[in-house]
Amino acid sequence: MMSRRLLPVLPALTLLAMLGPVVAGLYGTVLPAFGHLPAAGLIGPTLDPFYHLFGWAGLPRAVMLSVGVGMGATVIALSIAALLTAGWSGTRAFRFLQRLLSPLLSVPHAAAAFGLAFLITPSGWISRALSPAITGWDRPPDLLIVQDTLGLTMMAGLIVKEVPFLLLIILAALGQADTQRSAAIAQALGYGRVTGWLKTVFPRVYAQIRLPVYVVLAYAMSVVDVAVILGPNTPPSLSVYIVRLMSDPDIAMRLQGAAAAILQLGLVVIALIVWRMTESIVAVLGHRWVLSGARGKIDPLIGILALFAGGLCAFAVLAGIVVLGVWSFAGFWSFPNFLPDQFMLRNWLRFGPGTLAALGETALIAGTVTLAALVLTIGCLEAEYRHGLSLSSRGLWLLYLPLLVPQTAFLPGLQTLMLNIGADVGRTPVIFAHLVFVLPYVFLAFADPFRAWDVRIGTIAAALGARPDRVLWRIRLPMLLRPVLTATAVGLSVSVGQYLATLLIGGGRVATLTTEAVALASGGDRRAIGVYGLMQTGAALVPFTLALLVPAIVWRNRTGLRHG
Amino acid sequence: MKYLAFLAVFIAPVAVFAEPDPADWDAVTAQANGQTVYWNAWGGSTTTNDFLAWVGSRVSEDYGVTLEHVKLTDTADAVTRVLAEKQAGENDDGAIDLIWINGANFAAMKDAGLLYGPYAEQLPNWTVVDVAGKTVQTDFTVPTDGFESPWAMAQVVFVHDTADMPDSVGSMQALLEWAQANPGRFSYPQPPDFLGTTFLKQVLVDILPDASLLSAPATDENYAEVTAPLWTYLDALTPNLWREGKAYPATGTAMFPLIADDELDLSISFSPGAASTAIANFELPDTVRTFVLDKGTIGNASFVTIPYNSGSKEGAMVVANFLMSPEAQARAQDPAILGYGTVLDMDAITPEQRAVFDGLDLGIATLAPAQLGIVQAEPHPSWATRLSDDWADRYGVAQ
Repeated sequence: MMSRRLLPVLPALTLLAMLGPVVAGLYGTVLPAFGHLPAAGLIGPTLDPFYHLFGWAGLPRAVMLSVGVGMGATVIALSIAALLTAGWSGTRAFRFLQRLLSPLLSVPHAAAAFGLAFLITPSGWISRALSPAITGWDRPPDLLIVQDTLGLTMMAGLIVKEVPFLLLIILAALGQADTQRSAAIAQALGYGRVTGWLKTVFPRVYAQIRLPVYVVLAYAMSVVDVAVILGPNTPPSLSVYIVRLMSDPDIAMRLQGAAAAILQLGLVVIALIVWRMTESIVAVLGHRWVLSGARGKIDPLIGILALFAGGLCAFAVLAGIVVLGVWSFAGFWSFPNFLPDQFMLRNWLRFGPGTLAALGETALIAGTVTLAALVLTIGCLEAEYRHGLSLSSRGLWLLYLPLLVPQTAFLPGLQTLMLNIGADVGRTPVIFAHLVFVLPYVFLAFADPFRAWDVRIGTIAAALGARPDRVLWRIRLPMLLRPVLTATAVGLSVSVGQYLATLLIGGGRVATLTTEAVALASGGDRRAIGVYGLMQTGAALVPFTLALLVPAIVWRNRTGLRHG
Repeated sequence: MKYLAFLAVFIAPVAVFAEPDPADWDAVTAQANGQTVYWNAWGGSTTTNDFLAWVGSRVSEDYGVTLEHVKLTDTADAVTRVLAEKQAGENDDGAIDLIWINGANFAAMKDAGLLYGPYAEQLPNWTVVDVAGKTVQTDFTVPTDGFESPWAMAQVVFVHDTADMPDSVGSMQALLEWAQANPGRFSYPQPPDFLGTTFLKQVLVDILPDASLLSAPATDENYAEVTAPLWTYLDALTPNLWREGKAYPATGTAMFPLIADDELDLSISFSPGAASTAIANFELPDTVRTFVLDKGTIGNASFVTIPYNSGSKEGAMVVANFLMSPEAQARAQDPAILGYGTVLDMDAITPEQRAVFDGLDLGIATLAPAQLGIVQAEPHPSWATRLSDDWADRYGVAQ
């Protein structure tokens, strides 16, 4: 089946599927940014779009917002995840948090942002729980919490979702850094848990998680749906401004949008470079700290704070989902009531059929994309195994590239390019657009377990007469059932959560749960948002649950296979 | 590619003959049977979405037309799409067949030659439309020339929670004084949202001694002078707004949950019946009522238009015609369904149809047609774009 001619081609095909749209999109953005749009009769090059962009009064604030929220969220999330692991890895509390990771990761960003907004607004659930008994309010106070001008709520919304992600990445890296022995030795030498871990394990772990941290930074700087829900509007962040400009019927505005997209790309590149330089500085300072011999007297305090912060993140996401659920069943619900006046099924009956249609569309796209991604990934990894085409470190950068380039920088350009070549709108282009984002995640989720498989088993099978295809399909993949299902779940949830790709490339004809939910956000109908948010979360959570249950059932009599 | 070009030679003459003639209604309905119409309409209101779904089921029953509601957050998205298709040479089967549109978006599409028409006045139900009494032939002072057909009348009303704000205010100046006495209890949607821009226009129409200045296009010469009172007013109002004017609700419908949350006492809406509909849907407390200003408030019509490159023009015309039918108009006016004003002339429809309208319970928070007072004309579209751009410069960056 995997002929000798097909397999070596697959890595190239995978790279094309991932990078082709990105390059095409950037090409479709760069030209209009310099005033060149022949279809509208404008010939560049000219710097006018950039002049108009810099004439916008909100630009300095939008740029500071993009950079500040991006870097702040990444630093804080990384600190919480690292300190949590440092202080608590191996303990029962940590194992409990680990079990929460899958549900936390499966909640899409938009649903988590909605939930957080409903929790912390002055008239939100926390305020209603405390009023009027403790706070004495009979009207909500006029406090600017959600959509605050500094973007702190937006930062919080990103942190609660990035901490589980970074925790997962760190845990995956721990498995390869021989951490338990190092931590044990450090503790035997008298270092506190946190200090010992940070001095001995973290440098090794960070080298492994560097690229995912860059991805988090790029995402936090250019996110659109969380910024729309939690971020300020006076002015909005740069990415939200780009999406607004790109939808303006005035051509001059669209050129300005292309210029802003180039600016956003430049900001992300500069931020990544600054982060890299900071890494070197931290490395020098850290080296001095390691050699200083400080044993870490306040470690228990740091440990408690990190656990508190991690627990708060988990609580924020989970309580957010619960409040979405309450809104979806709510009748009339006003301040300061803790629960609605009536509970009713009416909202589900009203919005249910619509969500089912959107769910069908979402499932179809997500299923197709994930299947394609899995085929390409398994093909690439098998090609690597059979033909010795290994992925160099530069190859790893190529894998991460679609995630490092901001979506707002290349998706609008891709849309323009597709229209110019007459490509039809609809599901198929959306599937290709989703593939760009799903492939890296599926590859990353599956590559290490695939490579970590004991090749001696394959040798034994070959010695018993099995051909390479048989070894792959009958031995290797069944043994890797759990990683396969986890990678599938990751791919499905990434596709479910895509917003801009579906909106722009689908031409408005492809209605997934996420596009419907964010469209409803502008209307403020909390009950509809609750229904769609829950359906969106369910669509991402079910695959993760299956990834946990199916291996346990299929391999119930095979202890050695249950953990992949 | 060459094969397609070769084929195109044969298809092109056929396409020319396929431009539908709206006056030949039998041919239109025959051609429409089996077509799919993609209606791009604002999707931010779940009640409106439900109404559009009902329209879809009815045109499917009666005419065999499949209606797909493409939910937009901003009608400008649809304009951009048609423009992009024209630039790419997609002239026969665009993605959009029908657009809910008015104002500046319509003016932009009409000027750029992006519309099919004229068709509106040849539709059968045009005979029952109130052409004399309602502004259905001009859209924000721009003549429609039959390129769009009306389906709903809107008028600005103020929505207040009588539990916290028992009395109405009669003018914008009185509103300012109320806001100064009750800071943080009023807000308006952020321009360029259409309702936010309408609030700016409403302030101007109310505080200007001569509002007819706004019927003429805005020019560089008269703009600064005419709008100066507006900025003085907003400079006084903004610190007393909800969140001190540092954050604004995104749209008009986003303001109703804020009233229900007791964050706002006063809000603005474009639909006289929307408050009653919201009360019926448990979205607002039943103490909410509406009022208009003493001098009247701005009103306009909602239209639908057909892009020049639609592949289902007959189906789109069938839908546009159905929207103007007494059945659809009565259902739209029912506050339990939608609560929009009707475009029909009550004297032109049959007594049975009129009885349906008379029998509607308009809802506890809806003003009767007589109480809605004077409908002030919309200013020329050029004012709206300049006002929202200027607003963004002055108040778009919170201090």
